[in-house]
Amino acid sequence: MRITQGCFSFLPDLDDVQIAKQVEYCLENGWAIGIEHTDDPHPRNTYWEMWGNPMFDLRDAKGVMMELDDCRKLHGDDYIRLCAFEDERGIESVKMSFIVNRPAKEPRITMTRSDYVDRAQKYAWQVNR
Amino acid sequence: MSLDLEQSVTNDTTKSDETTGDEINSPVQADEATSTAQAVDLASEYESSGVADVLAELDRDLIGLAPVKQRIRETAALLLVDRARRALGLSHQTPTLHMSFSGNPGTGKTTVALKMADLLYRLGYVRKGHLVSVTRDDLVGQYIGHTAPKTKEVLKKAMGGVLFIDEAYYLYKPDNERDYGQEAIEILLQVMENNRDDLVVIMAGYADKMDMFFRANPGFRSRIAHHIEFPDYSGEELMGISERMLAEQNYLLDEGAKQALSAYIELRRRQPHFANARSIRNALDRARLRQANRLFSQAKGPLSGQALSTISAADIRASRVFQGGLDVDRNQSGDGQ
Repeated sequence: MRITQGCFSFLPDLDDVQIAKQVEYCLENGWAIGIEHTDDPHPRNTYWEMWGNPMFDLRDAKGVMMELDDCRKLHGDDYIRLCAFEDERGIESVKMSFIVNRPAKEPRITMTRSDYVDRAQKYAWQVNR
Repeated sequence: MSLDLEQSVTNDTTKSDETTGDEINSPVQADEATSTAQAVDLASEYESSGVADVLAELDRDLIGLAPVKQRIRETAALLLVDRARRALGLSHQTPTLHMSFSGNPGTGKTTVALKMADLLYRLGYVRKGHLVSVTRDDLVGQYIGHTAPKTKEVLKKAMGGVLFIDEAYYLYKPDNERDYGQEAIEILLQVMENNRDDLVVIMAGYADKMDMFFRANPGFRSRIAHHIEFPDYSGEELMGISERMLAEQNYLLDEGAKQALSAYIELRRRQPHFANARSIRNALDRARLRQANRLFSQAKGPLSGQALSTISAADIRASRVFQGGLDVDRNQSGDGQ
């Protein structure tokens, strides 16, 4: 099941040239790029692992692409995303984030339903690995 | 100077026209040639790429350094021709552009590196054209496992531009085999080889120490294509430099001060720790300090702009250099001789 999150969700996966161009766009705007990875793509899982510190002061996308390659070598079977952080006062948060790597065999997200007090029902999403 | 280049450019044009004729007839190159231009006008390339501007700026802004300017002009011509060859599909490899600048302190190595970054950017050999200036401290860590991330961090910042390593020989400390500098050197060598498209490394430092460094690390010597030597400035050149520095700050020297300064330069050159233009800049800063002090203590009534911006002989003659330099230096030079 193809899991989508963040920017470009409705597009096919970006190739490296396209990723580099997006990174270039982020750098032009002065955003810091962070690389994060996880094996749990649940939408409520906001705590992805950081691959090193976010990269401030870069001028060229190549620096990010080098780190991304290193991350892919070690976590090729994880989801990897790039986050672009804007430090502008009043914003100070991630402006853009998109998935750049996904496992060969992706987990399924299924729905479970459980009974609750007074015959109420609760729904939950679960990642089945 | 610039006439020389025009000359060499026109020569190159004729040369590349000949080769173009041959290449178009050969079937192997046909597909390459069709997609691109079939002839290149080097002179117009030279103008439109902005290289002419950079070289003119170099001539205008930097006093002296004739051999350096000559080498840069040659390098620019080489790169221009190489770019033209690539446009015609005659060559595909990125030429090795890593350089070493050797010369005494204060001879303008950093300034030239900045210009070089601009030049490479205008010719399209680096994508961004910024200069990241580092020393050993920025590359080498303090404990095991600290060096590689630190070096990589710097390299990432330098991607798409020029990495300027000042006093590069401090990376290598032969007396300590467990020095982490070696690790930084290995990473640097690898990146210099694999990421030739992405960044240009310029190493700078004293001539003799650089020679020792390259002898101990033959990997660097073979990866560095251009060795540029920076000569010391002559007395007149230093005089010109100091006048330019003062003019930038709207100061001027009166006649007596000019003589005092040229006497100062002669004396200062012979004393230890002489750092060419940098020493002169410091001397001028101190002269401005003395001038301010003099105006403050002696002036009676309002001062004209002329008085506020004139440095007189007394401001320069008060320097310790005229008394034979610092005590420490006197002892040292006495010991040395």
